[in-house]
This record gives sequence, C-alpha cells and structure tokens, in this order.
Amino acid sequence: MRCPAHKTGATMLRFILTRVSLVIPTFIGITLLAFFLVRLVPGDPIETMAGERGIDPARHAQLLKEYGLDQPLFVQYGRYIERVVQGDLGKSIVTRENVLAEFGQLFPATIELALCAILIALIIGLPAGIIAAVKRNSIFDHGVMGISLTGYSMPIFWWGLLLILLFSVQLGITPVSGRIAVQYFIEPVTGFLTIDSLLAGDIDAFWSALSHLVLPAIVLGTVPLAVIARMTRSAMLEVLGEDYIRTARAKGMAPLRVVALHALRNALIPVVTVIGLQVGTLFTGAILTETIFSWPGVGKWLIEAISRRDYPVLQGGTLLLGMVVMSVNLLVDLLYGVINPRIRHAR
Amino acid sequence: MSTETLQAPVTSVAPPHPAREFWNYFSANRGAVAGLVVIGLVLFCALFAPLIAPHDPNLTNNAVFLKPPFWQEGGSLSYPLGTDAIGRDILSRLLYGARLSLVIGIAVVALAIVVGIVLGLVAGFFKGIADIAIMRLMDILMTMPSLLLAIVIVAILGPGLMNAMLAVAIVVLPHYVRITRAAVIAESSKDYVVAAQVSGAQTARLMFSEILPNCAAPLIVQATLGVSTAILDAAALGFLGLGAQPPTPEWGTMLADAREFVLRAWWVVTFPGLAILITVLAFNLLGDGLRDALDPKLKR
Repeated sequence: MRCPAHKTGATMLRFILTRVSLVIPTFIGITLLAFFLVRLVPGDPIETMAGERGIDPARHAQLLKEYGLDQPLFVQYGRYIERVVQGDLGKSIVTRENVLAEFGQLFPATIELALCAILIALIIGLPAGIIAAVKRNSIFDHGVMGISLTGYSMPIFWWGLLLILLFSVQLGITPVSGRIAVQYFIEPVTGFLTIDSLLAGDIDAFWSALSHLVLPAIVLGTVPLAVIARMTRSAMLEVLGEDYIRTARAKGMAPLRVVALHALRNALIPVVTVIGLQVGTLFTGAILTETIFSWPGVGKWLIEAISRRDYPVLQGGTLLLGMVVMSVNLLVDLLYGVINPRIRHAR
Repeated sequence: MSTETLQAPVTSVAPPHPAREFWNYFSANRGAVAGLVVIGLVLFCALFAPLIAPHDPNLTNNAVFLKPPFWQEGGSLSYPLGTDAIGRDILSRLLYGARLSLVIGIAVVALAIVVGIVLGLVAGFFKGIADIAIMRLMDILMTMPSLLLAIVIVAILGPGLMNAMLAVAIVVLPHYVRITRAAVIAESSKDYVVAAQVSGAQTARLMFSEILPNCAAPLIVQATLGVSTAILDAAALGFLGLGAQPPTPEWGTMLADAREFVLRAWWVVTFPGLAILITVLAFNLLGDGLRDALDPKLKR
C-alpha cells in the first residue's frame, strides 16, 4: 500500500531521528573505552608517563593533582568528556603536539588510501560478483570465486611484503615507502596528494603520488574486494531464485533488464551493509598497510604510539577513529532505510 | 487369514540418510574436499610435529644462518626449507606453528559463536530493551577497527598468545551477533514463523527450532570464515609483536622476525606467510562447501 507523500516524509524523518539518537549511547561507550584504556593499563599512569627516568614522590603527587587523577573516577570521566566535547584530546607525550591537530594532519592520508582501496574493491568486486552469479558454475564464476577466496584468505601484512619484493625490489616499478618523492612539495588543499598535485598543475608530482599510492591501495583493497565480490554473488544468487524473478522472466523480460532492474536492487541491500562493515576492516588493514609501506597516516601513528607508550595519542586516536567508524555506520544504516522501505517502516 | 494378502509390494526406495545426502552434495564440491584434505594435512602436521619435524623448532645452529631451501644453491636436504637468521630450521618451526594456528582458530570461533548466537537470538527475537542494549554494546565493539580494538585489549591485558586469542574473540563477536540478529529479523516476519506462533509454539521452540536452523547458512559461512579471521588476526598481532612472543614458532611472529631479511632471504618471509594463506584458504574452501551442502536453497 502506498503512503501519501507527506506521510512518507514524516516516517522518514522519524526513522532518521531514531537512528541519530541511537548514536548517543555509542558515543558514551566509545568515550568510556578510550577513558578506561589509559586507566586499565597496569601500572601508575604518572609513572608510565614519566617513563624509565622515574619521578620523585613530591612531583608525583603534584602531577597527580594537576592531571586530576586524585579525583574519583566519575569526576575524572566527567572532566574527560568536558574536554573531549571542547575538542581537547590532550598532547602527545613524544611530540608535545595537540592530539587532535596531529590526527587532522594525518587523517587525509589514511582517507586517500582507504578511498582508493574501496574504489578498487567496488570497481572490480561488484561486476565480478554480478557476472559470477548470472553465469553460475561457469569458468568465470569458478575463477572469480577462487581468486576472491584467496584474496579473503590473504594475510595482508605478508601480501604487502610480497608486492614490495616483486614490484619495488625485483621490477623497480613502484617506490618502497612513503606518499610522494621527497623533491615534491605540494601545498595541502584537500589533503589528498593525488588531487592536490593536480590542483597545483604538477603532473610529475601527481604521477609520483599515484605510484606511491597504488601498491598500498591494492594491498588494503584486497580483502574488501574479495568480500564484496563474494557477497554480491551470494546475494544475487539468493534474489535470482525468488519467485518475482521467475515471474519477470516468464513475462518475457530481457535477461539484462531482469538482472539490472529487479535483482540488483534487492541484492544490493546486504551488499551495502557489507560495504559498511568494511570500513572497520579498512582501518584495521590501514594499521598494517601503513606500517608496512611507511604510509604517513593514522594507522602508523597509532602503532608508533603503542611502541612509544604515548597514551594520550593512543587514547585520542582510538576515540577519533571510533567516531569516524560510528558516523559511517550511521550513514550505512540511513542508506539501508532509504533502499529498503521495510526497515524504514518498522517501529 | 493368510499373511500374504496384507503385504504390499515394495516399490519406492527409501530416501537417503541426511548425513549421506549431505556427503553427496559436499563431495561434489572439489574445492571443499580439497580444503578438507588440506585441513587434514595441517591437523596431521600439528599432531605429529615432534615425529616429522627434522629439528627442534627452537634449536639454533651457528653454522647455518639464513641457509636457502634445498633446491637453491647452498641449500641442503637436512634443512629442506632453509633456516632463519639464527639458524633455526624453518620447516620444523612451520610444523610446530600449525599446532598454534589450529588451536587459535578453533578456540576463538567456538567462544565467539556460542556467545554470539545467544546474544543475536535474544536481540532479534525479543527486540525492545534487550535488542537496544545488546546492539549498542556490539556497535561500540564494532565501531573500533578490529585490530585496533584487539591492540587496545592486548595493551590492557598485556601481550601474549592467550590474551591475543581473547582479544580476537571479543573483536569478532559482533559479527556473529549482527548476522544472527539480522537473519532472525528477516525470518521472524515470514509466514512459517507466524504459522508456528499461531499454532502455539513456545518462545524457545520458535527461537531454536524454527528460526535458528533457517539462519544457519550465513552463520556457517561466518564461522568457517571466522576460523580464518581468527588465525589471520592472531598472526597480525604476532606480526606487530603483540601476540605470541618469540621464540614461539607462531607464523605471524615468525614473519615479524623475518621482516628485516626480506631483501636478503626471500624464504624466511615467503614460507610462514604461505602457511597462513594455505591454512586459511582451506578453512574458507571448507566453509563454502559446507554452506552449499547445508543450504537447501542452493541445492540443485
């Protein structure tokens, strides 16, 4: 039954507001996790921050008071939230830089890498999955499934090392690490070096940035690509077995039209969810990929923070990455409601 | 009265036993059988590692640093896959590593799937407060990039294999909860569930014997892929120095040790990664075969 337009609009608004309001407990949960991360680490936080040099008891007590660590936990948490909401995530112990500012500088590099990775995954994965489903049990289908299964099974930290061995060491085609060759300096506009170099009109810098980007993007895109191809195929197969597809075919509708118009739309519902779930996978992969390729993004920054015991960075970075993934999950949920009216109308 | 008149001629053949039917479908899938065979081999290696390994996995030999595999010049059959930077036999370490990887994969998934199914069923079936509470908690876990969350957990608990396994189990939990819940919600609105409800089936019966079997397909896929995820994540933690600690012959830890020799000795990097890939691939192939054989919708 069709709803009048204004009613549909109201349902949609209610749906959006409900979803957005659900973000609040998640936000509290993430802040709790970040807050307790530092406090659950064994040992005294002041001594941890002081490092191996040690600290005298008077200074210790003074710092304890200065950081508010002598207050009850809920007061400390309240102050922490107060600071977080004002954008104060503390300073790195190592660089003395503001954590939020450091994150802001490094995050575009991670986003550029992640976007390229997901783009590669979508451009190859979606069509491969669709064709594999339509031509089920063909050689193409077996090939796609075999390759995507191998991709899914790939330990990407090893895959990265192998690609470096092949393309950088043996063939000398791509650089081993970094974002761009050292002789280029590109004024950041978008923070994406490929786009910024084009905006600056420096084609050589663009090629340098692209050649640095391609291997890490392939490595990072491998698992999402495999997941998207597999999920698209299995969702398509599910939908292609439905009665309405048989009906459409029986009516004499062209096969391509059946696939594109009837099947794909419904098959995309689980696929969108899976792509949403890949955002977490992407950041996880980014931690490993950036470490292997020395890509100056937030993943490498966090791993370095762990080895340096730079807790403010670890705490702030965890919080910020959590926020980003939370926002993307929210978007995916909303998108889910847009393409699947059944979810939207559920109370 | 004679007994002969009551006997009806037997014409129909009895339907095959479910296990037999399952095996018929399963064995038709060559990839799945290959996966099963490889897992069998890995299991064999794991069980009999002390008998088949040519050397002690932790025995260092000053005379044979970075010796190449036997088919390369300078290699010898006494170290078939070569040695690492401190002269340990790579084959022996890989064989012992199989033990760790299998234990990691199975233990992590068993823990995550049991907790995940229960939470997912409760969330999807009862909806309301239980659903909101469980799913918000899962969202929080899910919001963290999995490896970062695992790293945070390991940072709190301290590095080591057990803590890494626990961390990975916590990290993969939301997937099982979400998949179970999504399937439960999709199934609950279907006619057969409504019919069972109308005919008076009780809640537990509805949950476990009507809805759960129909959610099994995605869960089986996730569980078998989950063994591989567990092995991969644990190896990644090992690679970052947060999982199994040296000199444990865990495959990820071996890769971390080998990283600096990537330009000089390809074998120290290649073989541990290959072992991870083959084992994980085998579990994934098996999972696919199980799904095809168990899912009635995909049966020919």
